[in-house]
Amino acid sequence: MNIIKTLMAATAALTISSAALVTQVAAAGDPAPQIYAKAMEGKRIMLVPMAMGFDLAQGWAAILKREVDAFGGIFETRDPNWSVEAGAQAITEAIASENKPDVLIVMSPDMNSYSKLMKRAQKAGIYVILVDNPANFKADAYVGSDWTQLGRLEAEAVVKGCGPDSSKKIGLVQGDQVNATSLFQYAGIMEVLAKYPEFEVVAKPDSNWDATTSRNVTTTMLQQNPDICGIIDFWDGDASGAAAAIRDAGKQDDVFLVTTGGGEKTADCDLIEDGTYGAVVMTDLAQETHNMVAIIKYLLQSGQPAGTSAPYIYTLLKATTKDNLKPDSCWDLAALQAEAAGE
Amino acid sequence: MSFIKNLNQESIVLAITVVMFALASLLLPGFFSANNLVAIVRSVSVLGILALGMAMIIIGRGIDLSMVAIMAMSVACYLQMLNSGMGEGSALVLALAGVLAIGLINGVLVAYADVPAIFVTLASSSFVFGFVRSQLINTDAVPVPSGHWVEILGGMRFMSIPVEVFLFAGLALATFLFLRYSKWGRYVYYAGDNPEAARNSGMPVRPMMVLRYVISALIAFIAGILTASSLHSINTRIVNSNLLYDIVLITVIGGIGLSGGKGGVRNVLFGAALIGIMLNAMTIIDIPLLYQNLIKAGILLGAIIVDGILNPRDEQTAQQGDI
Repeated sequence: MNIIKTLMAATAALTISSAALVTQVAAAGDPAPQIYAKAMEGKRIMLVPMAMGFDLAQGWAAILKREVDAFGGIFETRDPNWSVEAGAQAITEAIASENKPDVLIVMSPDMNSYSKLMKRAQKAGIYVILVDNPANFKADAYVGSDWTQLGRLEAEAVVKGCGPDSSKKIGLVQGDQVNATSLFQYAGIMEVLAKYPEFEVVAKPDSNWDATTSRNVTTTMLQQNPDICGIIDFWDGDASGAAAAIRDAGKQDDVFLVTTGGGEKTADCDLIEDGTYGAVVMTDLAQETHNMVAIIKYLLQSGQPAGTSAPYIYTLLKATTKDNLKPDSCWDLAALQAEAAGE
Repeated sequence: MSFIKNLNQESIVLAITVVMFALASLLLPGFFSANNLVAIVRSVSVLGILALGMAMIIIGRGIDLSMVAIMAMSVACYLQMLNSGMGEGSALVLALAGVLAIGLINGVLVAYADVPAIFVTLASSSFVFGFVRSQLINTDAVPVPSGHWVEILGGMRFMSIPVEVFLFAGLALATFLFLRYSKWGRYVYYAGDNPEAARNSGMPVRPMMVLRYVISALIAFIAGILTASSLHSINTRIVNSNLLYDIVLITVIGGIGLSGGKGGVRNVLFGAALIGIMLNAMTIIDIPLLYQNLIKAGILLGAIIVDGILNPRDEQTAQQGDI
């Protein structure tokens, strides 16, 4: 009997202790989610683009919101609506406010306007991520295009689009003479064209990023040089003007129009398909935004003070033409917005 | 000496225009070709149409700073309604109703509430932009639905001249006839020159003022449709551009005084010709945009200074209510 009693007691003890062991294992499970949650929850992420009303900003915002909501953060945007002053005010207010953002994502309108303000933000302990437009400032990360490389790809595309038997005359419709995106793009284009000495830039007016101006200067350019074989317009936001001028001159089949954009369907892919654009050097928007997300997650857990490191996270660029156009080459703003509204 | 005495801003601008035209024709290859001349007129058509509306307002001693906002936002709204599947008729009626409403509000506030035009239209410009942009459309650029009449309009040519050139000419003629030969057109000058006297002599000064703001809103809508027809989309970013200043520039540089009561369609045409020729020549020479703006501003300043020296202001010409 004693043996049986002892055995039973032993079994009971064993059961209890193994049960205890099980709970102990569960408690000792993966500690990472807690660390992650502690670092991320309630953190404020603020996006200050040049304006909220264009495809890139809306794409960034839609994906960022989804990701920030998922880790329990608070996502906010400010819309300066292309006004440098309004953007500066938004950043100033963000720094001074009681609920300071933890991460500030800024699309700078030019090299210098926000440099001092962004330094102040870092001093106040806010991580600053520069997106898409470079600036004279050591950001916690730059996420966006290498604009020189973008220019190189455009030049390669236009050289290929013109072909060896063409007039080899190229026109540029630049943005302006202050924005880094315009200046670096130009540098990249000229670098490649130097390798093709038989190609010649016959005119390089500015559009000031305005479609009507782009149309007027392109009309003049085509009249002065009727045998132009290719045009690079520095942004798809105004390239509709250059396209209109080419259409008006009846030269859709003679002039290869190259531009760059955020890869939104109606802005880029639809127009490659109908032949308006010969090639568009596109930014992979989803990839770019997820790069931002990764940097945000890293910074918030790193414990490093703002301004410690300054990596460049360049987005993969690709020249899309009719030949390599795929159904998923572009993203669809309407679909992304509908999805966000549905959630 | 009497030649110099008779020199006013209008003739100065005309002289500069003729000289520039002659120089450009001689020195710039390709400038004096039929195609380029058409392109020049076309490049200032939309600007000129807007300036016609602005001229009518300024002659009546007012100013309309909401034209660009009305132009961009009404058309953006119209296209957005079409894109979301609304029928052609109802979309157009709604857009036009909005345009009329803004014109009426501008006019009533200026004419009956006696708020200075510069404040009323500045506010309504911001309101129109802000309301439409935040409530009715969701991107800066709204495309024209493919195959729509606005798109077809942009491709229309008569004798290979774009349709907007004819519309500019037609509207210029209509404005000319209205200002010159209609009773209410003549009243615009009287009311602009001396509103009190005009009212005392029994002219319907206030209703006329409302009418002018409604007309300028409608003209802005037409300009917007033309812009969209050429570019196959309308970009509301244009509201932030310096288009508004260019409209005032064309109006004022041609010799329409901001104090009202002076000038006519001819002045708008001279101003438009000067700006068109200048921009075209500078583009052919490949002058960067920054310098283009500088040169443009320099010429305007020069014309104003010369006008100020030749036609000095005195107690009688400097009126209260000058802008």
